[in-house]
Amino acid sequence: MSLNIDSSSQGNSARIKLVGEVDGTTAPTFRAEVDKLLASAPSILVLDVEQLTFMSSAGLRVLIFAKQKQPRLAIYVLKPQAPILDTLHKTGFYDGVYVTDAEPDTGTTTA
Amino acid sequence: METRIDYYPTHECGGFRFRKGHVLPFGASLVGSGVNFSVYSSTAESCTLVLFQKHAAQPMVEIEFPRSFRIGGVYSMIVFDLDYEDLEYGYRFSGPYDPSRGLRFDHSKILSDPYARVVGGRDVWRDEPDWNDIYQHRSRLVFDDFDWEGDYPLETPIQDLIFYELHVRGFTAHDTSQVSAPGTFAGLREKIPYLKQLGINCVELLPVYEFDEWENNRRHPETGELLLNYWGYSTVAFFAPKAGYAATGGLGMQVDELKTTIKELHRNGIEVILDVVFNHTAEGDHRGPMISFRGIDNQAYYMLTPEGYYYNFSGCGNTLNCNHPVARNMVIDCLRYWAAEYHIDGFRFDLASILGRDQSGAPLSNPPLLESLAFDPVLSKCKLIAEAWDAGGLYQVGSFPAYGRWAEWNGKYRDAVRRFIKGDEGVVGEMAARIQGSPDLYWYRGPSASTNFITCHDGFTLRDMVSYNGKHNEANGENNNDGSNDNNSWNCGWEGESTDPAVNELRARQMKNAATILMVSQGVPMILMGDEIGRTQKGNNNAYCHDNEYSWMDWRVAEKNADLLRFFKKVIAFRHAHPALRRNRFFEYRDIRGTGVADITFHGLQPFAPDYSAGSRCLAFMLGGPNATEPDDDIYVAMNMYWEALPFRLPNTSSGTPWRVAINTSMPSTQDICDAGEGPKIDHDEIIVGPRSIIVLTAEARSSEGEK
Repeated sequence: MSLNIDSSSQGNSARIKLVGEVDGTTAPTFRAEVDKLLASAPSILVLDVEQLTFMSSAGLRVLIFAKQKQPRLAIYVLKPQAPILDTLHKTGFYDGVYVTDAEPDTGTTTA
Repeated sequence: METRIDYYPTHECGGFRFRKGHVLPFGASLVGSGVNFSVYSSTAESCTLVLFQKHAAQPMVEIEFPRSFRIGGVYSMIVFDLDYEDLEYGYRFSGPYDPSRGLRFDHSKILSDPYARVVGGRDVWRDEPDWNDIYQHRSRLVFDDFDWEGDYPLETPIQDLIFYELHVRGFTAHDTSQVSAPGTFAGLREKIPYLKQLGINCVELLPVYEFDEWENNRRHPETGELLLNYWGYSTVAFFAPKAGYAATGGLGMQVDELKTTIKELHRNGIEVILDVVFNHTAEGDHRGPMISFRGIDNQAYYMLTPEGYYYNFSGCGNTLNCNHPVARNMVIDCLRYWAAEYHIDGFRFDLASILGRDQSGAPLSNPPLLESLAFDPVLSKCKLIAEAWDAGGLYQVGSFPAYGRWAEWNGKYRDAVRRFIKGDEGVVGEMAARIQGSPDLYWYRGPSASTNFITCHDGFTLRDMVSYNGKHNEANGENNNDGSNDNNSWNCGWEGESTDPAVNELRARQMKNAATILMVSQGVPMILMGDEIGRTQKGNNNAYCHDNEYSWMDWRVAEKNADLLRFFKKVIAFRHAHPALRRNRFFEYRDIRGTGVADITFHGLQPFAPDYSAGSRCLAFMLGGPNATEPDDDIYVAMNMYWEALPFRLPNTSSGTPWRVAINTSMPSTQDICDAGEGPKIDHDEIIVGPRSIIVLTAEARSSEGEK
């Protein structure tokens, strides 16, 4: 299955909607998109993953890459499906992001 | 500022650009926009790097190292533009095939990197491998991007630790564990609250680096049960965590999952010790598979006979050549890696006496490897614990070359305590030494050199020790010929499970006796996973091959044996509460601080009259609280392993405060162990200690107003 990426930026907030699967093949595209968005130095990155069914280690490492590039970046993972949430927990990535089922208030950076 | 371009390709092969690499570090490491591959062989004639996409049946490219890329015996190369996440690599080595000279090169084999930090091929536990795969154990890259959030090794004083030996899979594999990922690092993490409530502050993990559970797999000839290499004492890759132990191993994220588990254990004050197996590898003898070492540098990594066969001091087909400089450096590099990159707090060395043998197998008086580890700067705060014997007959308990650093699994403690508990004659004198931390063995090291244990993975569980006279290993499919015959166990009157209340009461009491002796002994106690709930292996004392209910912890038993679990929690808490039980120096048998009592005194049925005669089965001792490392209560322990109750007259307390009962194993739960200050006061100078029972008394070291 392929990956569809829809991204946008507004103010200090960037947003990526992922639909499909992030695997070894599609992770570089995801990473390139994150890289592009980080160029404008947002303080918030919202990943809408409600329709993402799989995320490989390569995909998860993109999140670390984003944090390494901008340590103060707040990453919101919006509505992850159970397997992805489970992997976030077991690998400790959960502690580095904000998992939420509600649209984050991108008007603040205090989350 | 301009970006420097130190790494630029000079060569190209099949569309892959590369250049000469760095000889150090060995293994594969990320540099600039490339990957540096470095591997050593003292006798190869050439080497080829083989690159795969993950899980691919065939390589995507093979690049022979140009002559100019070899310095000494090290082949190094940087390859550019690789997809790190999707890469697997290995090597082919060319050279002579002459087994009589110890040379076994085979260019047709793709070999795993001895320094591989991640290895694929057995990603999910018990998933049957593709036996036709041309590359079974695939080296992969590791990423240094884990966020430790300030974690570091805990460096808890060793005498304050309570070791808990556990098998990562067996701890939570049973359905009753009720964790989200049974049998994994993540499952262990979910059980941290249990360990913490029990009072454990150090887990000792059976091998967690990559091994092949399918090694020597077979079906039981009668039951058809699949028997696996469950314990894992057979290393495939020393630097790589076991992927099959990670719930996320299928995603290749075992490194993150293990590190997350260690970080969480540390947050809860629990240290992590790894059981490391540097005595042999999974390549077996000359009939075994060629995975890595044999095809890269057979002479350097293995002890070889003059005819080129493999010495077998491990009992597993081959013996790692630990005091060859190449193998020695690999061991040191490996331990440094685990200590630095995984924040490991210590190591227990399986069959460690092999590490003190020279290249022909003879024991060395000053083994370079053991000395190097003892004084290594990275490992300087790590606990180093030897299993001080090997399968070749070298038994070094008390004489292991320690350099003031090494501790030992004290096999003599295990044997003496077992014999004492079952009522053997002639053990009381030795018991007096064992409860002191074995000064007869470790007089120059201190009591914390003694890891005290009564049970471990290898042998009966505690429950089976009091339920079986002999081993029952029929399920192993070896006609009950495997496993030790020297168990020092006693079944309390019936072989196996019993419905007789008297038998079961005695067994429960004997388990409490064992727990009490372990917790009041100087040295560092170790508990085997599940002993605190009475876990049974149905009399199997060698369950190495059972990935099933023989080995797994059945958590329902914790409810059935709630009394025993309660006792363990409280006796562990008792040890934590009393520094007098956790000395870092041996007793001096005198009143060190002029407080009126000696640091330790020995007693029998009469004060100051211990009976060390052959027929004696009793021993009592008193620890003078004011002479403990930190001021503590007086503690008096009366052990009666005779089959009748006996009266013990009590010595005076240091301050005149009365003795109080802390533990009485002859009493039913919950009177068997009391919270501090809650036990009944003793208002006369004699106590009756029940048959095969132990009483522990305490007395406040100084009178205080408003006596409890």
